Amino acid sequence: MSIQLSIRQLKKRYKTGDGVSDISLDIRKGELITLLGPSGCGKTTVLRSIGGFLDPDAGDILIEGKSVLGSPPEKRPTSMVFQSYNLWPHMTVYDNLAFGLKIRKMSKPAIKQAISEVLELVRLPGMEKKYPGQLSGGQQQRVAVARSLLLKPAVLLLDEPFSALDAKLRHEMREELREIQADSGLTMVFVTHDQEEALSISDRIVVMNKGNIEQIASPQDIYDHPETLFVAQFIGKMNFVKGVADDRIRIGGLSFPNAQAHSGPVSIAIRPEDVILNDAEGQGIPGILKQIMVLGHYAEVSVELGDHGTIRGFQPREAVKSLQPGQKVTVHFAKVLTYSEG
Amino acid sequence: MRWYFRAVGAKRIIAFIVLALFVIFFLGPLLNLLILAFTGRWNYPDVLPHEWSLKWWTFVFQQEDIANSMGLSFLIAAIVTGLSIVLCIPAAYAFARIRFPLSRFFLFSFLLTHAFPKMGLYVSIAVLFYKLGLMNTLAGVVLIHMINVLMYMTWIPTASFRNIHAAQEESARDVGAGPFLVFRRITLPMAMPGILVASIFTFLNSLDEAQGTFLVGIPNYKTMPIVMYSIISDYPAYAGAVFSIILTAPTVILLLAAQRFVSADVMASGFQVK
Repeated sequence: MSIQLSIRQLKKRYKTGDGVSDISLDIRKGELITLLGPSGCGKTTVLRSIGGFLDPDAGDILIEGKSVLGSPPEKRPTSMVFQSYNLWPHMTVYDNLAFGLKIRKMSKPAIKQAISEVLELVRLPGMEKKYPGQLSGGQQQRVAVARSLLLKPAVLLLDEPFSALDAKLRHEMREELREIQADSGLTMVFVTHDQEEALSISDRIVVMNKGNIEQIASPQDIYDHPETLFVAQFIGKMNFVKGVADDRIRIGGLSFPNAQAHSGPVSIAIRPEDVILNDAEGQGIPGILKQIMVLGHYAEVSVELGDHGTIRGFQPREAVKSLQPGQKVTVHFAKVLTYSEG
Repeated sequence: MRWYFRAVGAKRIIAFIVLALFVIFFLGPLLNLLILAFTGRWNYPDVLPHEWSLKWWTFVFQQEDIANSMGLSFLIAAIVTGLSIVLCIPAAYAFARIRFPLSRFFLFSFLLTHAFPKMGLYVSIAVLFYKLGLMNTLAGVVLIHMINVLMYMTWIPTASFRNIHAAQEESARDVGAGPFLVFRRITLPMAMPGILVASIFTFLNSLDEAQGTFLVGIPNYKTMPIVMYSIISDYPAYAGAVFSIILTAPTVILLLAAQRFVSADVMASGFQVK
């Protein structure tokens, strides 16, 4: 697949000290990439630089091989959906959608046709005559997405477009966006701070922190193999314990292969689903079962492991039936992730 | 009758009485003015005139200086409104969009002209106008009117521009509109209610301005309020009533026309401290 959008050594510093340093990223045609990170990590800076709303201090942005840095937003082959206030309240839905097409000198019947089709696509058929004030928040965001789709941009930029919506609606909108993306083959860059959102819709996720890229990988890889301690902490639920590395990684009485050749003290991350619970005589680190929470089809247990602190694990609901809080157990791990200290 | 009052409830009745008093207080003088203006003959103890007539209207319109003053007033009000739109709308946009040092201070400085007794301000301005040769000129009168309206014309549109979100302007850029087109098609129409309210304020304020005009415009630039003074002192009250109606009519007409744009919050947001 060809490279649709290429970001090269992008730099931007604000007076506050925030910004991005040396961001490089290649996005393939038809890919949905998510920029994920806590607020202030620079994800919006990258997005706004692509859209032309921000001038980077250094670096380059190429779309279909051509640098767009010299162009203002109206000349770039990008389109952006903002978090809110996308629409112009003094125009009807039709006029909101037609504004960009009229600038492109499209004929009136063609505009009408295109608008009725795109409204069908975003599940708002026949809403042409409504004013934005008469629409719900979700409908307004659909219109905004429709407006961008009409322009057939080379890259569609989405700046936390669903974050102002309630959880159920957000879920629906994600699915719809994914469908639209699959149908249209549009290249999309999606900014979010919601890891669940990123894991559910992306082809690849770019995890950012403090203006740097921590990891670029598929959702599955990000979850299974977080490359840095930050990614391990940020994505999904995770337990952290201290360990020591020599020829093997050692935690208490347990040891694991030292594939990455760490040495000295290490941080060890364990997913709750990789926590194995045995009875007091079993193999593993001894601990005391503190709490059992049945959460539908599975249960979350917390075990106090002495010096290692408290660990949370997910267990099948059947497995916790015989367990009582306060009883002695041993804990073993199916898989561990190891990170050098400091 | 009792059943009716019981059904309505004491609270409603009190509200109605307050409203009635309010209406009498506001519309009573206007009604009196209307009656006076169309009076032919009216002897004091009677409630209504004996004869109705338009003679005071013909009388007023026959006075040459009155007809002139009306034309002059509307001309000046139009110039003042036009000029202050040209001056203040860009300023308001700057106050709303650009963060520059002391912007709050500058915005508040427009209040200064309203902080002093008007006459004192005008006298000191008049001294300046003498030196600049602006006394008894149209330019001088227009300037003195503008001093009064700068505050409305800046504050209210500033609030309107502030209520437009950056994303709304950026979206328009994004779909292909250049900065000028965005201002004309998105920003300006969205701010229009506020600009309209401010313009109406400005127009009416200029139409009504007497003190400054009296000081700067005499003897050649006599606007309606100035002529009003002499009419009230020189002619019967009937002529004054006719003239008052002529002065009030534009206010009523403009406010009615603007009603669909004017909501109290457009005004109120202009006077919020942000």
